[in-house]
Amino acid sequence: MEHWFTNLFTIFTQALISLGLSPVLADAALLVLKWILIVIIIIVNIIILIWLERKISGFFQERLGPNRLGPFGVFQTIADAIKLLTKEDIVPSAADKLIFKTAPMLFIVIAVLLYTVIPLGHDMQVIDLNVGILFFISIGSLSTIAILMAGWGSNNKWSLMGAFRSAAQMISYAVPLAFSLLGVIMISGSLNLQDIVAAQKNIWFILLQPLAFIIYFIAATAELNRGPFDMPEAEQELTGGAYTEYTGMRWALFFLAEYTNLVAVSALMATVFLGGWQGPWLPSWLWIIIKTYGVILVFFWIKWTFPRIRMDHLMSFSWKILVPLSLINILLTGAGIYFFRWMGWC
Amino acid sequence: MLDTDKYTVNVGPVHPSTHGGLHVEAIMDGEIIEDVIVHLGYVHRSVEKIAESKTYYQFAPYTARLDYLATNLPVMGYCQAVEKLTGIQVPERAEYIRIIMAELSRIASHQIAIAATGIDLGATTGLMYAMRDRERIMDIFSMTGGQRLLSSYIRIGGVAADIPDDFIPQVRAFVADIPRMIEEYNSLMTGNEIWAARMKGVGVLKAEDAVAYSVTGPNLRASGIDFDLRKADPYSIYDRFDFNIPVRQEGDSMARWEVRIEEIAESGKIIEQALQQLPAGEFMSKVPKNLKPEAGAEVFHHIESSKGELGYYIVSDGSTKPYRLHVRAPSFINLMVLPLICRGGVFQDIITNIATLDPILGESDR
Amino acid sequence: MVANNINENELAAQLKIKLGEDLSITEDKYFTMLNIAPGRLLALMQLLKAEYGFDQLSNLTSVDFVETFEVVYHLYSIASHAKICVKTRIPADNPQVESVVDIWPGADWQEREVYDLMGIIFTGHPNLIRVLLPDDFEGHPLRKDFVRKEPGADA
Repeated sequence: MEHWFTNLFTIFTQALISLGLSPVLADAALLVLKWILIVIIIIVNIIILIWLERKISGFFQERLGPNRLGPFGVFQTIADAIKLLTKEDIVPSAADKLIFKTAPMLFIVIAVLLYTVIPLGHDMQVIDLNVGILFFISIGSLSTIAILMAGWGSNNKWSLMGAFRSAAQMISYAVPLAFSLLGVIMISGSLNLQDIVAAQKNIWFILLQPLAFIIYFIAATAELNRGPFDMPEAEQELTGGAYTEYTGMRWALFFLAEYTNLVAVSALMATVFLGGWQGPWLPSWLWIIIKTYGVILVFFWIKWTFPRIRMDHLMSFSWKILVPLSLINILLTGAGIYFFRWMGWC
Repeated sequence: MLDTDKYTVNVGPVHPSTHGGLHVEAIMDGEIIEDVIVHLGYVHRSVEKIAESKTYYQFAPYTARLDYLATNLPVMGYCQAVEKLTGIQVPERAEYIRIIMAELSRIASHQIAIAATGIDLGATTGLMYAMRDRERIMDIFSMTGGQRLLSSYIRIGGVAADIPDDFIPQVRAFVADIPRMIEEYNSLMTGNEIWAARMKGVGVLKAEDAVAYSVTGPNLRASGIDFDLRKADPYSIYDRFDFNIPVRQEGDSMARWEVRIEEIAESGKIIEQALQQLPAGEFMSKVPKNLKPEAGAEVFHHIESSKGELGYYIVSDGSTKPYRLHVRAPSFINLMVLPLICRGGVFQDIITNIATLDPILGESDR
Repeated sequence: MVANNINENELAAQLKIKLGEDLSITEDKYFTMLNIAPGRLLALMQLLKAEYGFDQLSNLTSVDFVETFEVVYHLYSIASHAKICVKTRIPADNPQVESVVDIWPGADWQEREVYDLMGIIFTGHPNLIRVLLPDDFEGHPLRKDFVRKEPGADA
């Protein structure tokens, strides 16, 4: 079972070469195949996650959640998707049409790009980048632009204000997000995600870097506009925030992109802190699924338990608490590495 | 320095919380609120004018639609006002049943306040827990009056029917469960760090302002004034029960929240004592078919509703219909302090303050 | 029992001395009613708040008696739990009375509501505009002579 996918890839490239294609073109075709697989993975994940979140929140709140369509309501997501696809496409007449329409597309493209570097199993990633983790953080922070485009393109005071708040939140939390990963990079000595996974052969980084894990978790929740940090989207506040003017499938794209981001970030956390695809008995790609979903369940748990944080508390929490803590973490990690080397333990 | 402009943000009237059609206009300077203007009247149904064309009996269901989340309280207030006006005596058993229903309504109303505050602040699970517990009260109301929310169970002269057999055990079981409910609300919401950050020090209402603006109910008691009409101007048989009045000194949103939660416990005590003292007897006294109070008689009767002091001022001209009926609505008057407590705060605090002032627009606009 | 430890009868007697002919006192089972001439209303109210400790304006409303309007105030004392009722009659063709907003800020919206629904002008009120009805509404519906315009009829 372990080598299903790697075998599939080799068979695919061999078949193309035997058909007369040059190895370079065969590799390019393999890349396309991998991309198709990624898109399928994302779509399947989204369908499962939307249903799972509704069921789990129902479980927390002592109600049933979706339970009419299909056994345990599993077809609810499909019904909602069909409904959203058949809605009238309303674009405000005063909106900047190009920016308005491009914003959701940009958002989801960025979310999908994040999957390029995540090792989804032993030797199973789209591209083995030397600067994998840097790529992930940089591309992830581009989603701020998509939200600003949504707010600006709507030509609506409240959308713009919601977009500003969202952007302020995401920029503030990008700093501790990046800093918390520096400790991991220092210990493993590489930005390559495969190397980081390999460095966790004996001990998971969550045990060596517990503070970084917590900081990354909180910062990621804020970056995803989820959980206690969903002030920019809260209906009770500025109506729908940056997404107010979007309807139907355009609006759905934003939320699909958020779920895509959620899975990508959880997969990264599983890779960087929980040992990635390593694990006994089960195939590697199954381990990463289990660990990713474990992290996702914690994200759900946090969201459905806590109230929302106020905007000014949010900003001061990031700059005054998380950033200093992550810098302290880097200091402690550096001191620890030096100490270990001096003691001759590694 | 840059020259900045003030801008206005409108909250409501179509508002995703359970307060009703409340329209609040906030004038903001950046993130700080300069002023708040409250626009009312979206739910105005000219109830006071309608009262002049209905008989005293016919008007009773209209009072349930005033504070529709704690219906037995306004209906009881109205029936007691008319009984004062006409000298009708209510049998003992009916008095006790009325008190039980009124206190259950108070608990239901506070549970909605808890739920609405929860969801306004983002704790959706808190909403669900409070609503789930309130369902049991709705079942009890449905069992006695036939309706979950707007039951006209309390009538002029007593109650509409005697309590069914299952009433006492169900109410007892509910009251026994109140400590568990309060424990859950506190552990989920009150004790939470984020909750405290959003509620402590937010929307402070000073004691002298509260009295000057005629604020009543839990809002007044959260500002340090120990004033509850059940003890200060006792009506019905409240003087036979032993209960405390929760009071807090800070006057902020957290204080108003805590007072309401404690009042649920106190109401539980009253219900338990009422169940123990419940006598046998009639549930309705003989009332005339055409109720005609003395010409020129008038009454001002007020009760401690879950929102504050709910008063009825009725003037009679000797006919079967009131000449003038005025409802002293606590939500209308409590909302007067909203601009006062919001000034200088942040925008999100408007939501918190409205939620903890707990207005109900049906009563506020009549 | 009132602040200053006098009961309602003594209070009424003292006020009668201070305000003379302008004040007449009636009683029913529940309230002592101070019927004051509109010109001395503010003086009486200031006295009740400052000297007798009635710090809470519980209710402010009005009744339409066709030839006259009656404005009714119910006052309470938080500390002593005392209560009193004040009434004043004003002519229907010139319904004006002084505002008590400077004494009790809680009179603000209650006076606006009386103006809105019954058309009584409260002189000295800082913001006497409609509160429950739309700003462009014509007429004062709670008056006995108010005729509702049928929907679709000529404005």
